[in-house]
Amino acid sequence: MSYWAHLRVWRGDAEDGQLVDYPVEVNEGEVVLDIVHRLQQTEAGDLAVRWNCKAGKCGSCSAEINGRPRLLCMTRMNTFAEDEVITITPLRAFPVIRDLVTDVSYNYAKAREIPSFAPPAGLEPGEYRMQQVDVERSQEFRKCIECFLCQDTCHVVRDHEENKTAFAGPRYLMRIAELDMHPLDARDRQREAQEEHGLGYCNITKCCTEVCPEHIQITDNALIPLKERVVDRKYDPVVWLGNKILRRGDKRVR
Amino acid sequence: MPHPVATTDAPAPRAQIQARTLRTDRWWLSPLVQAGALTVLLGYVVVRLFMREYYWVDQFNYLTPLYSPCLSEACTPGSAHFGTFLPDLPVWIPLPIIVFPILLGFRATCYYYRKATYRSLLLSPQACAVREPHRRYSGESRFPLVLMNSHRYFFYAASALLLINTYDAVQAFFPRSGGFGIGLGSIILLANVGLLWAYTLSCHACRHILGGRLRHFSKHPIRYRLWSLLSRINGKHMQFAWISLVSVTLTDVYIMAVSAGWISDLRLFN
Repeated sequence: MSYWAHLRVWRGDAEDGQLVDYPVEVNEGEVVLDIVHRLQQTEAGDLAVRWNCKAGKCGSCSAEINGRPRLLCMTRMNTFAEDEVITITPLRAFPVIRDLVTDVSYNYAKAREIPSFAPPAGLEPGEYRMQQVDVERSQEFRKCIECFLCQDTCHVVRDHEENKTAFAGPRYLMRIAELDMHPLDARDRQREAQEEHGLGYCNITKCCTEVCPEHIQITDNALIPLKERVVDRKYDPVVWLGNKILRRGDKRVR
Repeated sequence: MPHPVATTDAPAPRAQIQARTLRTDRWWLSPLVQAGALTVLLGYVVVRLFMREYYWVDQFNYLTPLYSPCLSEACTPGSAHFGTFLPDLPVWIPLPIIVFPILLGFRATCYYYRKATYRSLLLSPQACAVREPHRRYSGESRFPLVLMNSHRYFFYAASALLLINTYDAVQAFFPRSGGFGIGLGSIILLANVGLLWAYTLSCHACRHILGGRLRHFSKHPIRYRLWSLLSRINGKHMQFAWISLVSVTLTDVYIMAVSAGWISDLRLFN
């Protein structure tokens, strides 16, 4: 059974923009991206929207629906009342290009700032040996589809543009946590996380976890464990003393 | 076309949207309820700390967890299970002058309560995707909030206090008249200690210390099992945080009521 929904879509570019109302037909079983496509086919042929897989796996169609960062393709229309106004805006933490398309290059810049996996000296590719129990913890983080909803909702950069230089954002702090938990990574990720990637800015309000379409427990399993590892290295004299007594030096590999 | 005010102070050309948030749900309800609950419960505890009475039921060995251990010479006779190391404190210093800062510090630096207080009391932010009112933000990277990293020390101290609370709960089953006895008060004290253990053991610092800090679980199978177990209850940390906070308060209310003679302890056995 179909009905007409009241869509309110942000139209504009970096210079200017406004919310524009459209009536759009909705059929049973459709998601918001279907409705946006119908809008393109009917009343707004020049509407810009980024999308790809329509299956919640490519992370392209990120936007904000009724003020909440979500994937357009994973938000079902039957979660809204038929007479509800559905407002769709671009991600508000990033520069807008046009309509619903934003420039997310901040995230790529932050990704490049994180050194890649660094095996121990003398160990060549092909010689890596790990046990499943040692790698499965960080495998959760590999589910990330890089939709950047967590980066968008994090108030550290969403509400404070000036923090973008110092703060990598939850997605990339999670990447550091993944590498730090890797049984063979030899790099000192903990000091880097705090001193170069702004882990201290995170005040664990869990918005990143709330919006993650892959349901990754970003805060509980990545950010808080990383904070605790930083405490081990920077703020815990007991650990420091234990390392001295047991002559473990400043090692972190255990 | 109108040119609305920018969303932020950002120089970057973000979408020009005037509204602080476009959320249509009741996003303000949760921080409002949390702020109210935290204020009421903290207010109650502060009043009780300065009351200096009705914290000990001599007949049944009931000691409220808010005053345990009582370490001052001003403590009611019988309530100081571990000696009176502190002198007779003036009335403007609460008797639990050592205990209360530990309990407050443990809760204030707890990762769950940090989320709750940042959202509900410090509005940083009140809710996800709702613009916060602060012009600048440095989070926990600077003083004073960098002190939140001391959570594990409060965890150590609070665990020691919890052992004392456990001792108190056991003592509550041995009334002054001798032998073994069960009253509603002893059951409440025991249940309260159980909830406090659940809250303390599900703490993120505990999970990290007992196993999370390892990089090779395969070399530490026992600690891995512990970490796996704690990870399961860690998922309920928020629930344990609230339930245990309420249970401490209700336990204190009950003991105050019995101690003041407002009600009699319901005795089930002896």
